[in-house]
Amino acid sequence: MYGQLMSVPLTLLGLLEREPSHGYDLKRDYDSLFGRDKPLPYGQVYATLSRLARDGKVVAGEAEPGDGPERKRYVITEAGVTEFETWLAQPVAPEPTLQTVLFTKVVLALMLGRDAGQYLDAQRAAHMQRMRELTELRRTGALLDALLADHGLFRLEADLRWIDLTTARLDAIAEAVRP
Amino acid sequence: MTDPLIEARGVTLAFGETPALRGADVTVGAGEILAVMGPSGSGKSTLLHCLAGILTPDSGEILYEGRRIDRLGEADRSALRRDSFGFVFQFGQLVPELTAEENVALPLLLGGTRRAAALAEARPWFARLGLDGLERRRSGELSGGQAQRVALARGLVSRPRVLFADEPTGALDSLTGEQVMELMVGAAREQGTTVVLVTHEPRVAAYAHREAIVRDGRVTSLSVDRIAS
Ligand SMILES: Nc1ncnc2c1ncn2[C@@H]1O[C@H](COP(=O)(O)OP(=O)(O)OP(=O)(O)O)[C@@H](O)[C@H]1O
Ligand SMILES: [Mg+2]
Repeated sequence: MYGQLMSVPLTLLGLLEREPSHGYDLKRDYDSLFGRDKPLPYGQVYATLSRLARDGKVVAGEAEPGDGPERKRYVITEAGVTEFETWLAQPVAPEPTLQTVLFTKVVLALMLGRDAGQYLDAQRAAHMQRMRELTELRRTGALLDALLADHGLFRLEADLRWIDLTTARLDAIAEAVRP
Repeated sequence: MTDPLIEARGVTLAFGETPALRGADVTVGAGEILAVMGPSGSGKSTLLHCLAGILTPDSGEILYEGRRIDRLGEADRSALRRDSFGFVFQFGQLVPELTAEENVALPLLLGGTRRAAALAEARPWFARLGLDGLERRRSGELSGGQAQRVALARGLVSRPRVLFADEPTGALDSLTGEQVMELMVGAAREQGTTVVLVTHEPRVAAYAHREAIVRDGRVTSLSVDRIAS
């Protein structure tokens, strides 16, 4: 669920802003900090680094002894730092993408005279199930896991409040969407 | 689920003309933490009070360890509550004339424990709940959140078989609410306490094993069958 919020090229730039690194160091750090649900494939790391190099955001050092591109050390450029800093300060569009799907399903169900309440109950149960998993993770995991889990929990809670409110108002909403 | 410890079957209860429960069914397993959710006024507190033998249903059955407790006389029910149940109520729970530590010790004192021993049992809860130094305060001298944590300690001090908690985190901020839930869940796991927890906060309910939703005096149990990927 964090995948879509995470921009891989900019995150790699951020890691490079810390210190020049080899591709495999970047992958390792990315996975341990941000890639819990979805580790970054090596291929994507190198493809991203070459694109960044092409755009002048990073430069690759000389290939070191050994084979393959993973022996190169990458260094961030001034342009790379600027791009990273701009991105870092920019607020993310405050639009919960999931809710758009929930909203669409509810409106369509009501428009078509189907059981929106049943769908909302099922969605509620799925949300609660995920919240229980995240709660367990934050109780047993390290602080960074807990931090991520918390973020997920607050977002899911927001969805749930919306689900409850919508469940309570289904009749009125149906009036509004039916022709 | 493990063996059922508490069951409500077809419970109805009206306050005068107002029907609060209209055929509520729910089962709580031994050692289970059950979250009870649902809109305001749907009957959650009433259901909790029926399960705990505080209110008697108009019809239907309440079973505890397979025994009808709605048929017990008041003396037997109050003995059951004292010996086996702990409570954290939704509103105004502390006795204003007593200090915080006396409030926590109260269930033990009522159960016949000597004062010094009861207070000695009560004191460690203050550190556990971040209430150090407040032992001698009266309830009027505590903040809402502090009073609620004192009430939780009182609910757990006698190591009850079942803890009934009605909005135990209602007046707390996220961090303190979390602390209270950790403690409640920790106690439940260590001591095998069964918990029936009424809450409107999804993040609090997520500490439970399962949730029951009360709507218009009836209980819906939701389960996850299939999630689209
Ligand atoms: N002592 C009482 N006398 C009269 N009516 C009552 C009493 N207690 C509850 N009710 C009514 O019974 C219904 C259920 O109340 P209950 O307290 O169980 O709701 P609840 O789900 O706990 O709500 P909340 O989330 O607001 O605490 C409501 O309509 C309420 O007004
Ligand atoms: Mg209530």
